Amino acid sequence: MDLLRFITAGSVDDGKSTLIGRLLFDTKNILADQMEAIERASKTRNAGEIDLALLTDGLRSEREQGITIDVAYKYFQTPNRKFISIDAPGHIQYTRNMVTGASNADLAIILVDARHGVVEQTRRHSLIASMLGIPHVIVAVNKMDLVGNSEDAFLEIAKSYQELAQKLAIKDLTIIPVSALNGDNIVDRSTSMNWYTGETLLSVLENVNVLKDQNLEDGRFAVQYVIRPQTDELHDYRGYAGRVQSGSFKKGDLIKVLPSEQESKIAKIEFGGNEIEEASVLESVTILLEDDIDISRGDTIVSLNNAPIVSQDIEALVCWMDDRKPLKAGSKYILQHGTARSRCSIRDIEYQIDINSYEKIDEVDSLKLNDVARIILRTAQPIAYDPYQKNRANGAAILIDETSNVTVGACMIE
Amino acid sequence: MSISVNEASVGAEKKAPDYLDQLEAEAIYIMREVAGQFERPALLFSGGKDSITLVHLAQKAFAPGKIPFPLVHVDTGHNFIEAIEYRDELAKKIGAKLIVRYVEDTIKAKGLKEQTGKNASRNWLQTFTLLDTIEEFEFDACIGGARRDEEKARAKERIFSFRDEFGQWDPKRQRPELWNLFNGRIQKGENVRVFPISNWTELDVWAYLKREGIALPSIYFAHERELILRDGKLLNHTPVIESDPEDQIVTRQVRFRTVGDMTCTAAVESSAATLDEVIAEITVSRISERGETRIDDQQTEAAMEDRKKGGYF
Repeated sequence: MDLLRFITAGSVDDGKSTLIGRLLFDTKNILADQMEAIERASKTRNAGEIDLALLTDGLRSEREQGITIDVAYKYFQTPNRKFISIDAPGHIQYTRNMVTGASNADLAIILVDARHGVVEQTRRHSLIASMLGIPHVIVAVNKMDLVGNSEDAFLEIAKSYQELAQKLAIKDLTIIPVSALNGDNIVDRSTSMNWYTGETLLSVLENVNVLKDQNLEDGRFAVQYVIRPQTDELHDYRGYAGRVQSGSFKKGDLIKVLPSEQESKIAKIEFGGNEIEEASVLESVTILLEDDIDISRGDTIVSLNNAPIVSQDIEALVCWMDDRKPLKAGSKYILQHGTARSRCSIRDIEYQIDINSYEKIDEVDSLKLNDVARIILRTAQPIAYDPYQKNRANGAAILIDETSNVTVGACMIE
Repeated sequence: MSISVNEASVGAEKKAPDYLDQLEAEAIYIMREVAGQFERPALLFSGGKDSITLVHLAQKAFAPGKIPFPLVHVDTGHNFIEAIEYRDELAKKIGAKLIVRYVEDTIKAKGLKEQTGKNASRNWLQTFTLLDTIEEFEFDACIGGARRDEEKARAKERIFSFRDEFGQWDPKRQRPELWNLFNGRIQKGENVRVFPISNWTELDVWAYLKREGIALPSIYFAHERELILRDGKLLNHTPVIESDPEDQIVTRQVRFRTVGDMTCTAAVESSAATLDEVIAEITVSRISERGETRIDDQQTEAAMEDRKKGGYF
């Protein structure tokens, strides 16, 4: 059984939390005491019926305002798969939370209210999903019961969404008419929409192939830590601890260490102290090399004949996440890429992207919270990267404010 | 056409990874980030199943070397003896440094007022001792075994959870946590709480303990015990729990689903004497772990959120 991480995004009142609640409820993942707690809370808030949305509202201010502020994680499983649901708030000022949640998602569910169709927020959420390289997108056209379960209404929304999707790099798109409130086409097939013959939401979630989404070609291994026991029996042991970001490595492979460009050969790969044959994408292992060369945290081990770009000049899409200080050309930050950190300066804001119209805005001086732009930056040390859309793990970076230490920007290197 | 043939063959020859392998790899990655990013980390270890899992993961992460940070336990003095014995034995076995600090000492040194009455617990006082211990050893990161499936406030917390110089968690000013890029940069005096098994569920922990053949303190398995029956919950019959006229003393076959402070951890009636039986029982259980056994969370809807803001785990 494997694991799927998905994010749900939608405007306020699109019924996101209800949809998650419905998925948990219909897959029998809500426990008796949790159900009782929801029933109690539903009554105190005069919600009338049991409010499935209450399952995902965690913080006091969220419950008071009836909204989701922060990214929330829910865990459930079916006999076929384990799921991590990432609930990103729909509120306008919290777009940065969707970017945060989307960064680790294999799939995005974008909710559209059947009464309103594709709206500004749908465009925004779709852009973020495509920009963050989420391979699979499900558009759930919700509240179908409120438009009389009309096929025409659904087809019209589906058509306008497909037009929008053409402008974006969405690899795999499924559009499903649902009612989260009534449970139509979520887990069980709807009896009110017999005209719909496609898959239910759960069926898509259970069946998308996420292994295919991984980059299995380009061998990349960011060194996190050097294991040196320095005991009598392990006197000369020097193991490089890290996680395979993409591709795979095996004993005897010729490798190169970046940015230093030193070459060597893999002597041994270990996991938990035991030798293993091969290490594949996402595995946390320890690599030992034949040559005694200088490697430390922040270095990247790559396949010899398949190297990433090594450069100090980087162009990237950035989503700005700081509500206190804007990003300005000329400002300095710390760029964290893999396990490497380097000071960097913003050379130029090439253009901003209007996340609703997708149009480019030229001559922008600064970026504020939630703005998306293409920037050019220069790092103090060379960075070994791949373009994000080719390799999510080795094309992603964050910007850290040097004085507050807060994470202020999400970068997708182009 | 050729593209789809290629894609299919890739999928066919490579098996989808098992979720336990995925969770394990992620947790090991997080542990190594802690070792790589911080000067003085510590692993909070209570002898409970979640922190036992952490120690096992840390051993795997740094093998064949030793765990490069100490194990730290904040002892309320009201812990189960079985968990304490397990704690000491494990630390000795793996050659880890074990630091124990006692809530009792903090109470005396600071003149803290303990709760009184029938549901009195030192659980909330742990925070003071924890913060003092962090200051004493200048720990900049503390690894803990909290999971997001445990409780609603925990479901919103970052894996690297920033705490200010007072140890406080501010849910509205959490750092965005993107991809697997953890930002552990802090100023002196601040610290980060790190939760490597954030994405594990209770069942995942049990399945992992079984797969890895990890031994647990005996109280996790069914045994006969003298208990206090109070408000429908079974508490250990011990002098540290103030008695109440309504209490009934009973003997039952029970196991503990969580191993916290005795004053706020209830037992469940069970005949599950092995890991397999425990897993089978949890799989069909219709009540959540904290709901069934934790008295501290049931006081208000936001009990955990409030404690976290004050510096608790």
